[in-house]
Amino acid sequence: MKLLLKDGKVINPVNKTITIQDILIADGKVAAMGKELAASLNLDLDESTDGRSTVPVDSNSGFQPVFFNNKETSKNACPPIFVINVKDKYVVPGLIDLHVHLREPGFEEKETIATGAQAAARGGFTSIVCMPNTEPPADNQAVISYIQQTAQKTGMVNVFPTGTITQGRAGKELSEMASLAEQGVVAFSDDGAPVVNAKLMRHAMEYAKMLNLPVISHCEEPALAYGGVMHEGFMSTMLGLAGIPAAAEEVMVARDIILAGLTGCHLHVAHVSTAGSVELVRAAKEKGIKVTCEVTPHHFTLTDEVVSSYDPHTKVNPPLRGKVDVAALHAGLKDGTIDVIATDHAPHTPEEKELEFEIAPFGMVGLETAVGLVWTKLVIPGILTACEAVAKMTVNPARILNLKKGLIETGGEADITVIDPNLTWVVKPEEFAGKGRNTPFSGWSLKGLPVVTMVGGRVKWMKLDK
Amino acid sequence: MGLKEKHLLDMQGIAPEEIKLVLDTASSMKEILFRSIKKVPTLRGRTIANVFYEPSTRTRVSFELAAKYLSADCINISAAASSVVKGESLVDTARTLKAMGADVIVLRHPHSGAPYHLAKLVSACVINAGDGTHEHPTQALLDLFTVQEAKGELAALKIAIIGDILHSRVARSNIWGFTKMGATVRICGPTTMIPVAVERTGAHLYTRIEEALDGVDVVMMLRLQLERQQQGLFPSIREYTRLYSLDRQRLALAKPGALVMHPGPLNRGVEITSAVADSAQAVIDTQVTNGVAVRMALLYLLAGRFAGGEE
Repeated sequence: MKLLLKDGKVINPVNKTITIQDILIADGKVAAMGKELAASLNLDLDESTDGRSTVPVDSNSGFQPVFFNNKETSKNACPPIFVINVKDKYVVPGLIDLHVHLREPGFEEKETIATGAQAAARGGFTSIVCMPNTEPPADNQAVISYIQQTAQKTGMVNVFPTGTITQGRAGKELSEMASLAEQGVVAFSDDGAPVVNAKLMRHAMEYAKMLNLPVISHCEEPALAYGGVMHEGFMSTMLGLAGIPAAAEEVMVARDIILAGLTGCHLHVAHVSTAGSVELVRAAKEKGIKVTCEVTPHHFTLTDEVVSSYDPHTKVNPPLRGKVDVAALHAGLKDGTIDVIATDHAPHTPEEKELEFEIAPFGMVGLETAVGLVWTKLVIPGILTACEAVAKMTVNPARILNLKKGLIETGGEADITVIDPNLTWVVKPEEFAGKGRNTPFSGWSLKGLPVVTMVGGRVKWMKLDK
Repeated sequence: MGLKEKHLLDMQGIAPEEIKLVLDTASSMKEILFRSIKKVPTLRGRTIANVFYEPSTRTRVSFELAAKYLSADCINISAAASSVVKGESLVDTARTLKAMGADVIVLRHPHSGAPYHLAKLVSACVINAGDGTHEHPTQALLDLFTVQEAKGELAALKIAIIGDILHSRVARSNIWGFTKMGATVRICGPTTMIPVAVERTGAHLYTRIEEALDGVDVVMMLRLQLERQQQGLFPSIREYTRLYSLDRQRLALAKPGALVMHPGPLNRGVEITSAVADSAQAVIDTQVTNGVAVRMALLYLLAGRFAGGEE
């Protein structure tokens, strides 16, 4: 099957350029790209021709494929070329989310690899990195292999598993990290359960360095955070909810940066949420320590003030922080201290989540609202350019994980996302493809939506008028 | 005029005129308490459900008596702490009460914010009888009533609240209540038990009890939860008592005739000496009596107007 993305504004996040180009996709690869490519292919693109046909969409989520004008008039009557008109839309490398909880195996009531992958496709992500806090945890080759095979069977998006740092995420003994690496994990993390023992963390970093893989650290000093359910500040005082101080995160960020300096391991700090963390990462980068970090859309969008309703959908770890922190996250995104935007997609069932705030679990879903929030809260207000925002969701995570992805280039894998920056839509959790409905953004009006998600040259999600 | 909302969930959101209305109504109710036949037919045919997820004798009995003096039917539901862990019980209990048609639900719950959760699930009026470490609005109203009764006017008074402010729902509600009525609130305790940014509520912060007591009209002592010591919030009962206990000598720093209050139950010899607790300045028993009057006023204002939550 051949596909032509016509007249799109193609973003190259490496050169930071936007050019209007056509992209021809054949056999899962980018076959050619350039201006007026459609004309050089001698395609009959007379708009008046009423040759309606359907681009095959792999999504089995029950969505109606969209009809539009299709020209199959290549000169030698070769196999048809499906044309998708993406004029005025951004054509970007397939988005990569390096922080997703797919919940399978073990918590299939919250999400499965299949539903999580559907949600990813809907959200414009062609590759996702899943965290190892499953049951059993992804601390051995069998679980990793299960995830890989299930993802492949699902056939929606690329799923890259992470392996645990310690066996059972218990923080006591190292996992068989080399075996996990052999099985194809892209990073190590005990996400959700910080490695408290500093010596063990040191050894994990030394070992990961030998394997040339990054360690993703969920930075939280558990004793300082103990019992806390929201950001410690005036809001927690008013609401009578136990606070998680910014220091609980920053103490651990500082420790892990120091250990990264000691070991030379690549440290990736997951979901930074405080001004202090941003400052620590900035200083570490200036010193030349190999550290990168990510921020979630909910942390750069919301403050702890939204907790005032005691709505458990606003409960997340790290917690939503104060205004000063959100401003620092924006500054960190802008100056490059924050390399990546990742969702920390954390689905839960309504039965679990709709409880009293203090006993509801932490976490919110993010895959299907990420692009809308990035555009509405960062690109439109001018905090990031479209190129910068796209880089933080494509080439930057690809580099951190040593993936050959994140750029549209001739001969490369055709993982491509099309974003309509002018489309305004309303967040309706009941229409999510993923199982989780736990979002604080229900009813929000957002501008910017992924309208085509293509993985390996096949369309996995498409929502176009024509 | 009546209360703006059909629930009483917190003091933070209540307006000064509403507080005044409750206190005025409580005055009339208190008169009933001193009649030989302490019963009026005002709420006949209304049902009040006391739903207590935490043990409490004082508050529950106070609401129960208030309901009975007003001729309402009153049922008590105590849930074992273990069933709260999973939380479904609040939703299910709410459904049950809704189906049975309770007009007012009085909720005591160990989790901050639980009454908001309940108010969304039922049509009945919800009264917060203490939620976690958030608020205890009826306690604040009875404290305001007690002080107003003794001092005449709330504005321009100085109130010192001493003890574990961090975990105290009584302190939070009283900070809002007294501040709204124009009084000055001082809070005092070890820094480990002072919540972050508490000054933004309008309260003034002290760590030395002697300074906090200087010239105040009212001293409110909070109960010290002895298990806080294990959490590292203070080194020993001995040192806490040395620094923060209210004894005669310290009380002398307050204005002559200053009121001594305590929400109970008391740790005699810890946060307050018996000599002070049993002195003429202590109004601890009056607080209990006034609690019934204030809760009668609230039940009257809510259940009198809303049947099954409908006006």
